[in-house]
Amino acid sequence: MYNFEFEKPSTIADAAAALGSEDAQALGGGQTLIPTLKQRLAAPSSLVSLSGIAEMQGVCIEDDGSVAIGGATPHAVVAREAASSYPALAALAGQIGDPAVRNRGTIGGSLANNDPAACYPAGALGSGATIITNTRQIAAEEFFEGMFSTALDEGEIITSVRFPVPQAASYQKFLQPASRFALVGVYLARFADGVRVAVTGASEDGVFRWSEAEEALNKEFRADALTGLSINPANMIADLHGSKAYRAHLVSVMTKRAIEACM
Amino acid sequence: MPKDSGIGASSKRREDVRFLTGAGNYTDDINVHGQAYVHFLRSDIAHGRIKNIDTSAAEAMPGVVKVFTGKDFEGVGGIPCGWEVTDKHGAPMQEPPHPILAQGKVRHVGDPIAAVVADSLEQARDAAEAIDLDIEELPAVLDMKAAAQEGATLVHDDLKNNICYDWQLGETDDAKVNEVFANAAHVTTLDLVNNRLVANPMEPRVAVAEYSRGTEEYTLYTTSQNPHVIRLLMCAFVLGLPEHKVRVVAPDVGGGFGTKIFHYAEEAFCTFAAKACNRPVKWTASRSEAFMSDAQGRDHVSTIELALDADNNFIGLRTDTYANLGAYLSTFSSSVPTWLHGTLMAGNYKTPVIQVNVKAMFTNTVPVDAYRGAGRPEATYQLERVVDKAARELGVDPIALRRQNFVTQFPYDTPVALTYDTGDYNGTMDKLEAAADLAGFAARRSESEANGKLRGLGINCYIEACGIAPSNIVGMLGARAGLYDAATVRVNATGSISVMVGAHSHGQGHETAFPQVVADMIGIDESMVEIVHGDTSKIPFGMGTYGSRSLAVCGSAMVKATEKVIEKAKRIAAHLLEASEADIELKDGQFSVAGTDKSVAWGDVTLTAYVPHNYPLEVEPGLEETAFYDPANFTFPAGAYACEVELDPETGQVSIEKFTAADDFGNIVNPMIVDGQVHGGIGQGIGQALLENCAYDENGQLLSASFMDYAMPRADDVPFYGVDHSSQTPCTHNPLGVKGCGEAGAIGSPPAVVNAVLDALNSGGKAVDHIDMPVSPSRVWAAMNS
Amino acid sequence: MTQVSMTVNGKSVSGDVEGRTLLSSFLRDHLSLTGTHVGCDTAQCGACVVHVNGEAVKSCNMLALEADGADVGTIEGQANQDGSLNVIQQAFQDHHGLQCGFCTPGMVMSAAALLKENPRPTESEIRKYLEGNLCRCTGYHNIVKAIMAASGQDVGHIAAE
Repeated sequence: MYNFEFEKPSTIADAAAALGSEDAQALGGGQTLIPTLKQRLAAPSSLVSLSGIAEMQGVCIEDDGSVAIGGATPHAVVAREAASSYPALAALAGQIGDPAVRNRGTIGGSLANNDPAACYPAGALGSGATIITNTRQIAAEEFFEGMFSTALDEGEIITSVRFPVPQAASYQKFLQPASRFALVGVYLARFADGVRVAVTGASEDGVFRWSEAEEALNKEFRADALTGLSINPANMIADLHGSKAYRAHLVSVMTKRAIEACM
Repeated sequence: MPKDSGIGASSKRREDVRFLTGAGNYTDDINVHGQAYVHFLRSDIAHGRIKNIDTSAAEAMPGVVKVFTGKDFEGVGGIPCGWEVTDKHGAPMQEPPHPILAQGKVRHVGDPIAAVVADSLEQARDAAEAIDLDIEELPAVLDMKAAAQEGATLVHDDLKNNICYDWQLGETDDAKVNEVFANAAHVTTLDLVNNRLVANPMEPRVAVAEYSRGTEEYTLYTTSQNPHVIRLLMCAFVLGLPEHKVRVVAPDVGGGFGTKIFHYAEEAFCTFAAKACNRPVKWTASRSEAFMSDAQGRDHVSTIELALDADNNFIGLRTDTYANLGAYLSTFSSSVPTWLHGTLMAGNYKTPVIQVNVKAMFTNTVPVDAYRGAGRPEATYQLERVVDKAARELGVDPIALRRQNFVTQFPYDTPVALTYDTGDYNGTMDKLEAAADLAGFAARRSESEANGKLRGLGINCYIEACGIAPSNIVGMLGARAGLYDAATVRVNATGSISVMVGAHSHGQGHETAFPQVVADMIGIDESMVEIVHGDTSKIPFGMGTYGSRSLAVCGSAMVKATEKVIEKAKRIAAHLLEASEADIELKDGQFSVAGTDKSVAWGDVTLTAYVPHNYPLEVEPGLEETAFYDPANFTFPAGAYACEVELDPETGQVSIEKFTAADDFGNIVNPMIVDGQVHGGIGQGIGQALLENCAYDENGQLLSASFMDYAMPRADDVPFYGVDHSSQTPCTHNPLGVKGCGEAGAIGSPPAVVNAVLDALNSGGKAVDHIDMPVSPSRVWAAMNS
Repeated sequence: MTQVSMTVNGKSVSGDVEGRTLLSSFLRDHLSLTGTHVGCDTAQCGACVVHVNGEAVKSCNMLALEADGADVGTIEGQANQDGSLNVIQQAFQDHHGLQCGFCTPGMVMSAAALLKENPRPTESEIRKYLEGNLCRCTGYHNIVKAIMAASGQDVGHIAAE
């Protein structure tokens, strides 16, 4: 690692100020960032830890029934504390990485990184979540801008994420066998006003909504509603672990399983 | 009744206490006062010509002690290869130089170009970034068949082509082989790939070297399975140092699996640099570095043909293999596709005519050498896959087809140079059928099918040649080393015993199992015997641990030395008891005179040996004996394995539902440890079959360069295993009757898994006759939909 | 350099570290607690697992300064007061749950965290929980068996599998 200054502010305002300096970078749980630093693929002048900011921690239920998760909340806490308020999202959090990684990795860090195979982007996009930063609120639709790219400005901090709670939801993750990220992950959420299907792991453009499936499910919510539908493999990721065609196929299978889990 | 001590007892491992409390002493735990750190600048391209290396900026960086390049090693030898293979025309293999730091060209991603020694590791890394490299990229040689063509780009410009050797074993008369195939009632042919693997012991390699100007002595701490071999190769072939001035220590080593047998550039570098810098020098590999610098395993591309007569007897076998050696010859790499592979092509079967052809290729990839099983898994995989395919084609039971062709008379001379001393393949298969409850498979399959899954059963038999082996024979075959081992049994005055052994324990439990043998022979408590290993200044010259040889070879040396000790102790006891030596018996730690109640205790005799007041004049004082043991033959562990998988037809995902191993290891010293060795081997074999794949892209970039892409088996990828080793035909030529158990699991399991997957697919109406490993969901799905 | 202070295995410790110093380096290099091992650089292998404020974390994937003020537990602090092996360690020895010993500290620390959360885990819960701990020697059989035994479950039938 290149060396850097380490700062651990206790308020969002102090963190924002610290992130204003040149080449400063926010540090969530560091579960992706630290390996990146070890490879010397990033050279921040300072790392601003968000783990000491109390107001960015924890899970709570808002007046409108939505679930708000502090940006610095570790996955393990979400898996535990959202289990009754938003079980599908809690289950998703409980499938990220491994137990030790879940004790450090945070929702804000995961969303800000927007790894094309990460779980949380599917949960946020599939739920129609709102990403709340120190300066504004960003709808999930507007937030994800392709792999490793988001609408966040330099130094902008995800302070919390607000999830509307659907009537039913399910996350179906097919593991990439080495990293245990999603080879394909499908987050399906059924709201009173419609179904959302978000797919991670599959596309070269990062997380996306499978609108044809949503339309079909809005007409009729059953597993065979997908019959005849398929994803175009052209934009799928191809790597050691799966071809484009295989990923496209898995999107259908995982979506079908998510529907069945919501029945 | 299980025994509670001595040979045959599952004694708990004494070494566990330090490992469980964080008190182990691994190489990276060793820090020498004043040490500097080295960082290797490694090639990020697969093939290139070095035009210029400018280190001037790096040398001026903070903390830098010295920057080394290939030029600094021009007067120094390269990494030697320990086995000269002779090709089928009688010519020696092509043997290119293997420099410590690249000279002239870089030949694989990870090839070390320069080394920076600095006060801290981060300073060394900073300075390495300031080295200015001018390297002209050349086309990467990757595909073995293309590399063998006339006019192919050369990995080594001074060689005539990229073929290290074109080797043959067995029937040399092509016409005779052709005739067998022409007359066959049925011929089964199979093209297959034995996937390249990375051994990945959990401890990455480390080297710490120091040099004393006062005594002109070097000490090298290194993660090795065989410290004496490292000392010999480094002193005699690389650095030209006097062996008696070099101490090599392999302390606690965190797994080896073959990849820590070899002499590596980094340990020679640290030794060299410790003197050049007049400072201790330490290198600790990161896992990323391990992926591009540890010798890798397997990587064969083969075509195998099996000829059967009208009664389904195997009448001929022919196999053609391209074996990837990578960019350079690693220490034992040349022996793996030849003498450790071709010789095993008979398997458990009495096939009369066998021809094995192997072309070993240089490519722009990381060197390939022995990995758990080393050649034997590649042979077993070919043979057992083609036998299984033949059974499917012929519509016969795969177990019956195997049984029909088993070798049943011993000793058996194979057509591929080995003599199996003993075995009972039918008996072992009987054990498997019972232990795996094969009778219940049909019911289990129905249950899986009711859940929408396919279930498959895969059978595999294996034989391996272990012990590695009689020195005179391996010498004739090209080995440049002897393959004996050694032990010194030092009895202390109070009766406790230190046994200095040439074998190295890095997970195998020698510290527990070896004392069981010595204690059993004398009749004393195991706790009175301690094993010393891993330090050339303390142990006799031994060849180390690999090829499932420790107990069969080093253990035999230990038995011989203990016998000498007992013999001498009996002479002392006879003197004390005023009896004839011939009448002295040793039992339960007591020497007694046969037919009398006169006796003297072990401790009284040992004390007398060191306080020789009342002592036979013709006997030397002291009680310490050394024995070297060179085996008369290989040992031949064999077994039968059964794997049951469930396959999800929607995704192609395979899960191992049941895995059973029946092995014949001959006699067993510690059943608990033997079970553990088999478990571990099966885990790695399942890894090879389903998960692991070391892959390069078309430019020679390593795609599986970390655990993020190289899929290691995890706890939830495997089930509990059933292990049965009650089939025991003791080895006929070593004193313990032991055969070795370290590699069996890794040899026997991959074909069982693949055979099971194909059985599952075929049971579901998918006529798939082969899928290359790793049998990933993606590949299964592609095969189902092709 | 910044001063960092924490409690390690019940003892207050402090040291001067750089921003980039990892918790694993602080334990190994500053405190000579070399039982915590480093087996990879991508947070996969788990040989470095320690407890921070009672939770399992990968110490090679956490900055030392992030543990300022924390209560850290390592393998060196796991044995009983009298030095004897604790229940988990003893089960690992009894059931041959280790071979080379390199992954073992992380395995024991993960097992301890699991049993705190789930005192009687099933076989599949154990296997799932060990997702972040790689072992290359044992094929996991005896590790899973040892953890079941440490939680008081009868494992007699497993040998006969």
